[in-house]
Amino acid sequence: MRIDAQTSQKIAKTLIWTAALFVIVVLFSIIIYILIKGIPMISWQFLTEIPRNMGRSGGISSSIVGTLLVTAVAVIVATPFGIGTAIYLTEYTREGRVTRIIRFSAESLAGIPSIVYGLFGFIFFVIYLKMGWSILSGGLTMAIMILPTIIRTSEEAIRTVPNLYREVGFSLGATKWQAITKTVLPSALPGIVNGVILSIGRCVAETAAVMLTAGSTLRMPISLLSPTRTMAVHFYILAREGISMENAYGTAALLIILILLINVGFNMLVNRFVSKGR
Amino acid sequence: MKKFKENFSERVFLLLALSALSVLALITVFIFTKGIPLIAKVGVVNFIFGMKWSPSQGSYGIFPMIVGTISVTLGAAIIGIPIAICCSIFLAEFAPATLRNIFRPAIQLLAGIPSVVYGFWGVLFIVPMIRNYLGGPGLSILAGSIILAIMILPTIISITEVTILALPRHYKDGALALGLTHWQTIRHLLLPAAKSGIVAAIILGLGRAVGETMAVIMVVGNAVALPETILDPVRTMTTNIGIEMGYASGEHQQALFATGIVLFIIIMIMNATAQYITRKK
Amino acid sequence: MIQQSKIVIKDLNLYYHEKQVVKELNLEIPQNEIFAIIGPSNSGITTTLRTLNRLCDLTFGARQEGEVLLDGKSIFNKNVNVTELRRKVGMVFDVPTPLPMSIFDNVAFGSNLNGKKSKAEVEEGVEKALRMSALWDDVKDRLNTPAARLSGGQQQRLCIARVLALEPEVILLDRPCSALDPISTAKIEDSLIQLKEQFTIIIAPHTIQQAGRIADRVAFMLMGDLIEQGITHEVFSVPKDKRTNDYLTGRFG
Repeated sequence: MRIDAQTSQKIAKTLIWTAALFVIVVLFSIIIYILIKGIPMISWQFLTEIPRNMGRSGGISSSIVGTLLVTAVAVIVATPFGIGTAIYLTEYTREGRVTRIIRFSAESLAGIPSIVYGLFGFIFFVIYLKMGWSILSGGLTMAIMILPTIIRTSEEAIRTVPNLYREVGFSLGATKWQAITKTVLPSALPGIVNGVILSIGRCVAETAAVMLTAGSTLRMPISLLSPTRTMAVHFYILAREGISMENAYGTAALLIILILLINVGFNMLVNRFVSKGR
Repeated sequence: MKKFKENFSERVFLLLALSALSVLALITVFIFTKGIPLIAKVGVVNFIFGMKWSPSQGSYGIFPMIVGTISVTLGAAIIGIPIAICCSIFLAEFAPATLRNIFRPAIQLLAGIPSVVYGFWGVLFIVPMIRNYLGGPGLSILAGSIILAIMILPTIISITEVTILALPRHYKDGALALGLTHWQTIRHLLLPAAKSGIVAAIILGLGRAVGETMAVIMVVGNAVALPETILDPVRTMTTNIGIEMGYASGEHQQALFATGIVLFIIIMIMNATAQYITRKK
Repeated sequence: MIQQSKIVIKDLNLYYHEKQVVKELNLEIPQNEIFAIIGPSNSGITTTLRTLNRLCDLTFGARQEGEVLLDGKSIFNKNVNVTELRRKVGMVFDVPTPLPMSIFDNVAFGSNLNGKKSKAEVEEGVEKALRMSALWDDVKDRLNTPAARLSGGQQQRLCIARVLALEPEVILLDRPCSALDPISTAKIEDSLIQLKEQFTIIIAPHTIQQAGRIADRVAFMLMGDLIEQGITHEVFSVPKDKRTNDYLTGRFG
């Protein structure tokens, strides 16, 4: 039987709409379910007390601090390398063997599974460099993981800056360095910030790699060399070992709220402070 | 002086740019030096095709895990790819502006949710559903496939959508002007033209599935045995590392790094293929 | 020539990769005049302008032979400080290019790069530059708003002000009014006529009429060759070359 063009169009369109709506429904059902179950668990105590009794009771303050510190280390280390790479690729060199190798490396890094990063971070930072399970080991491992994201987003952002901006810079007597820092980077800033935000989200969500490098202690960290258990790892252990479903939901809800805030809130912030310049 | 400063800054940027390459090299060197001795001792064939994984008795065969990884990934591909491609066509061609403005950030959000949360959701909903309606322990290849299918959606959707949107406008105008329906245009013109991009997207998405650890640990049961049906539990290479790294030492730890080497090689091949396909265009 | 020449171009050949874009160009550009270079697109005019402040250095595959003298000194000399040259020979582009910052910061951009001026001096320079480009009255109350909020004509006058703030000697304008409406164009032309008292101006006008309205001298270029040059009204009324006549009477399309 031959289906005529109009009918096949109708069938295809229905299928496509169904698939799209299905995905939306699944996504929101996951988020809403966790939020409904978890938000009632979040209280002032939950945010400010350290976990007691393996996390059965008490709060998750030490995990929150650990998550923030690991993320901060990762972003502070990876951002200059990522932006620097992007500047080199776009401003200092033409397409050729060097750019191909650098780009291949970055794209390969982007595909490596987080558990392999965990293995590497463990053997390199924890054992070989003797940093032990620590915020520093975890942060540096995460820095490597987010490096390709920052490189790619910064490169795209810098590439979309019209060449004219550079020429305006140069024609006003700027040196190359000045043209890059004063005209190119400010114009590319929204894109670069977006990449950094994406990376922050990844650091907050990552579990496998930090579990193998930052450890899983529940104590409040006192320095960058203290081990810590990030929120994602804490949630994993609570849920998998059935220690406390209530606190697991609470932690998951907090994670999702954080991710939402990072995605939505920061975007609005960026739009506001970017629109000031233009 | 100024000249010196310019040259100096170029050097600095080159050094920064070499970070990605040097880190990649470091990762390769460290994982390989840690894992190779064990593979050498056990033998490549015995390691990859060995059926028995029993660190306490010194047997290290990861074949069941390779089968586990492949079956879970294939399952994710069968479930996830059609949905992902439908979604990207939806985004690129059919979605009204308002829906698109919800859908696109939602997909980005989907990518941002921690993988442990997906695993948790799987344990709460997918696993019991499979146990009650289809039988078996519930923790199974099928459960893993469903969770991974959802998790690879953002990767495939975003790359495919970009590829479709990047096609020259006149392709579509030309086809529509010839009296083709919108769907015929998509099916016979846009999708074939975007083929290489879509294939690359799928490979990258499946790379995600191969490499995912935490969500899979929670839903596949982790038994080291060859599965007979999709309702049987399996252990993948990633979950093997994720579960046992916590307490492994000595030779056992080396064996986990060796598992990492196999994983690393598979992923690098998939990555290189995807990059090759995109570049050829 | 009676007046002193500010810029002398001698046997200039410009190439882009293998292609020759400008052939054996010889021009003398007098001080304190408006000099227009006219011709159809692809005549090598933009490339010529971009050579005069060595912006061409940035284009991969561009190279030049011959000589360009600014005040009798070669600009291609190895010892020339390119950054200083570009400050001396300012450039305005064909589309307005406000940088993503405030009006004030745009005009102060060049002065701030140097960092040698005090805040008061910079402020004074910005005001002076904005007055010269006839933009001061439009913007004096909102110097801190983003430059992108200005209209297209205002943006282009801002770009001129930005160049003027550098206190250059020569101003290059590459089809500065091609994206503007007639009223904004007229304002800019008025400013340029004022400005030639202090500066030497080289313009690639977007229409022949613009050259006729403001230029003291014109040169006509076609496919990289200089066809004819001279005092504007002489060239326009009695062109020596048939091709010039064809171009001026619109037979070139």
